Amino acid sequence: MNPPLSPVDRPNSYIGKALPRPNAKRLLAGRGRFTDDIHAPRMLHVAFARSPHAHARITSIDVESARTAPGVRFVATGADLAKICTPWVGTLLHFKGMKSPPQYPLALERVMWVGHPVVAILADTRAEAEDAAERVDISYEALIAVVDIDSARAPDAAPLHEGFKDNIAFTTTIESGDVANAFAGAAALVEAELTFGRHTPVTLEPRTILADFEPAERALTVHHSTQTPYQFQDIFARHFSLDEARVRVIAGDVGGSFGMKLHVYPEDMATVALSILAERPVKYVADRGESFLNDIHLRDHRVRAQLAVASDGAFLGLRVEDDTAIGAYSAYPRTSAVEGNQVVRLMGAPYRIVNYRADLHVMFQNKTQTSQYRGVGHPIACAATERLVDLAAQALDIDPFEIRRRNYVTADMYPHTTASGYRFERLSLEECLTKLHALMDYPSLRAEQSALRARGVHRGLGLATYVEITNPSPAFYGVGGAHISAQDGCVLKVTPSGEIQCAISVTEQGQGTETIIGQIVADVMGVDRERVRVSTGDTETTPHGGATWACRGAGIGGETALQAARKLRANVLTLAAAILQTDVAEIDISEGRLVDRATGAARMSLGELAALVYFRSDTLPPDVKADLTVAHHFAPKGFPFAFTNGIHASYVEVDVETGFIKLLKHWVVEDCGRVINPLLVNEQIRGGVVQGLGAALFEECLYDEQGQLLNGSLADYLVPMACEMPDIVIGHVETPTLDTELGAKGCGEAGTSAASGAALNAVNDALLTFKAQISRIPMTPQRLLQALGVV
Amino acid sequence: MSETVAIALTINGERHRLRVEPRLSLADCLRHHMRLTGSHIGCEMGACGACLVLQDGRVIHGCLALAVQADGTTIQTIEGLSESGAIADLQAAFHERNALQCGFCTPGMLMSAHELLAQNPNPTREAIRDALSGNYCRCTGYEAIVDAIETTASRRARGAA
Repeated sequence: MNPPLSPVDRPNSYIGKALPRPNAKRLLAGRGRFTDDIHAPRMLHVAFARSPHAHARITSIDVESARTAPGVRFVATGADLAKICTPWVGTLLHFKGMKSPPQYPLALERVMWVGHPVVAILADTRAEAEDAAERVDISYEALIAVVDIDSARAPDAAPLHEGFKDNIAFTTTIESGDVANAFAGAAALVEAELTFGRHTPVTLEPRTILADFEPAERALTVHHSTQTPYQFQDIFARHFSLDEARVRVIAGDVGGSFGMKLHVYPEDMATVALSILAERPVKYVADRGESFLNDIHLRDHRVRAQLAVASDGAFLGLRVEDDTAIGAYSAYPRTSAVEGNQVVRLMGAPYRIVNYRADLHVMFQNKTQTSQYRGVGHPIACAATERLVDLAAQALDIDPFEIRRRNYVTADMYPHTTASGYRFERLSLEECLTKLHALMDYPSLRAEQSALRARGVHRGLGLATYVEITNPSPAFYGVGGAHISAQDGCVLKVTPSGEIQCAISVTEQGQGTETIIGQIVADVMGVDRERVRVSTGDTETTPHGGATWACRGAGIGGETALQAARKLRANVLTLAAAILQTDVAEIDISEGRLVDRATGAARMSLGELAALVYFRSDTLPPDVKADLTVAHHFAPKGFPFAFTNGIHASYVEVDVETGFIKLLKHWVVEDCGRVINPLLVNEQIRGGVVQGLGAALFEECLYDEQGQLLNGSLADYLVPMACEMPDIVIGHVETPTLDTELGAKGCGEAGTSAASGAALNAVNDALLTFKAQISRIPMTPQRLLQALGVV
Repeated sequence: MSETVAIALTINGERHRLRVEPRLSLADCLRHHMRLTGSHIGCEMGACGACLVLQDGRVIHGCLALAVQADGTTIQTIEGLSESGAIADLQAAFHERNALQCGFCTPGMLMSAHELLAQNPNPTREAIRDALSGNYCRCTGYEAIVDAIETTASRRARGAA
């Protein structure tokens, strides 16, 4: 006799399995459907005349020549569009004292960054619209541009915005314990001033939007390359005074987003406005130059921090100042203050630090807006904290592994509240550290490093521990007044042939959302996963929800699907019991069939049951409820966030003559709770690591003193290439959250959160023999040679 | 705008005659005139590799070539390579290994991989990484793509043996 099947061996057991993505085959065949692939009848194309100045007053606009250019159908200025679009303001109520001026689709009196759109041209083709944009004559009176952090914060700096007394958008201070006393009693003090370059997401598919207004119904359909269609349904309805139910936003295939495509951009609002005014479909595709100038940027922080340490290596206190410049306006609707806020709340989070003081200053300047991108503050807090930890280890001659182990929040301390007020349900810091030590074979790498150093080869090892915010509750945005949902919805339907259709509000940008949702539904329903069809991204056909950001797809979307499937399963079993005249407890669903729970004998297929329900309801028992469609909504309760944790290690070789850094290998041990699909988790980690390594070595938006972007093309702005990136070794620890039955947390940002910090520590480890330090990312060859005193 | 020019070319095995503006790029021609939307446009300056197609058997950047320059040539796009089955094993390996996420760079990646394996049936991982240096991927971190190409090479070697 065979032993009973374990949960992972039973048929249709999918949760936890490494499975490929059913929706990837279409993309491999070149049959993706990205927004620019869609052609609407009578569609017009928009191009913008943009500001060449970082800061200037518009003195005149002459569009007559553009209006008569070939193919031009419509020309609009800021004043034209402001008549039908109410302005937006990027503040949140829970960021006390935060300010940002109203924004409009096109500039009105002043331009505030290079690339700020001023005039919109609609033409039959994009090329004709661009030709006509060249013929727009705008006169400017140039004004002094505020470009960097120091000039924004200087006491004599002129405020960029009328009615504001300075350029400070937001400040906050966090104070806990007795910092002065902790520092007074320290055996050692270590400090660092770290600069994090401003960079930009560079999704390979640029921002794309196709707005189609139907005047007869005052209905708006928007095909939009975005992560968050529900958020945009709300925004388009409110700012254009349309009925929300008549606004449909469809996110088809999205060619990368990483947080970039969930912010409101002037061009999006202008495109919708133009479709309403022209009463025709209007498409806008950012070209790469427009992307560099107008997509959100991120980071651009300077962190000064000091760590007080006892003689045994215990961390006594931490002081942090974070200054960041966010562009001319705070982004809408999530603001540009979240990154800084997360920096000051995440600093030191993995460690037992009670005495803590942090000051954050968020400044306006004449550049495009910064806002949330993969990791949001985490890479900065992680790199700054971990740099201090390594400096403390050096000061006291303690091994980097050991000093971390001595200071981690330990297993007996959970639930734990950090000095900044974050609450951890349970982390696995010590397990991850131990696992990494073995995974990378740390002693032999140190031996290799030492042997090679004797031969003039300079290698370095760097560690970086992270904690990551995932599964956010309404504490993130909802409490601040933003119409951003923290809940998700799922509708499941059994088709007449016994297949399952799933419509869910979490969205897909290639990370595998639809795949994991399909795994969960098939697993609970006891059907082959090929019999489950998951659809996402359309506000008209899926329930309202938060969609995909802040690592919430698996943890919140997955739980929503799990509970929806449980509900549908219960309905199916109740129906089957009535039809088969047996007890619910006697039957089960397996491989798409209703089976006898004790013997496994098939009683009827799910298709037979569904066919009876839909086509022969006359044969059903009289009081039976034939609900083969269910809806379920789920919002996280309990802890405000499900924190994940892990640790990275980076192994690098530094050429001290050229300043080039070679990434030899990278390791990650991560804990995202219950893993639904290890194949997809690993690839999320790897992709995230490479984005973090890009920030560490290559990526930076460089501006001159007048606020002109100097490297706004893919030939000048460096993104990581295949030949520069290392192989990445990944290990897992699983600590499921008990706040949900699924137990999953997020994993999308874990790679980016700590990769740059690990690389920074690794390079500094290589520089130790030279008594040199580098404290600025990206670590370009020039900066490395400057650190070494060569140039 | 300037007068259009008549061109004739073979795209994915089909003969086409069309009139195009001299300034129209091959990538825009394929995407917007022929509605072959599998080739993508990521940078319009030959850096990112999303627009790669085969012209007379050689990989070229669709964004750097003009449609008029393709007059008289034979073009294969991802749609053609896919339907002919020429890269079915590469596509299967990419799928199994999850060597794509958003899929925007993928058609160009497959073009580079296809050409690499035609020229070097048994590349090292370093050679694969080098061959992909003109293809940007922002999602995967490249390792899975390298794995999938390596797997295809070894499967082909075993199949040929």
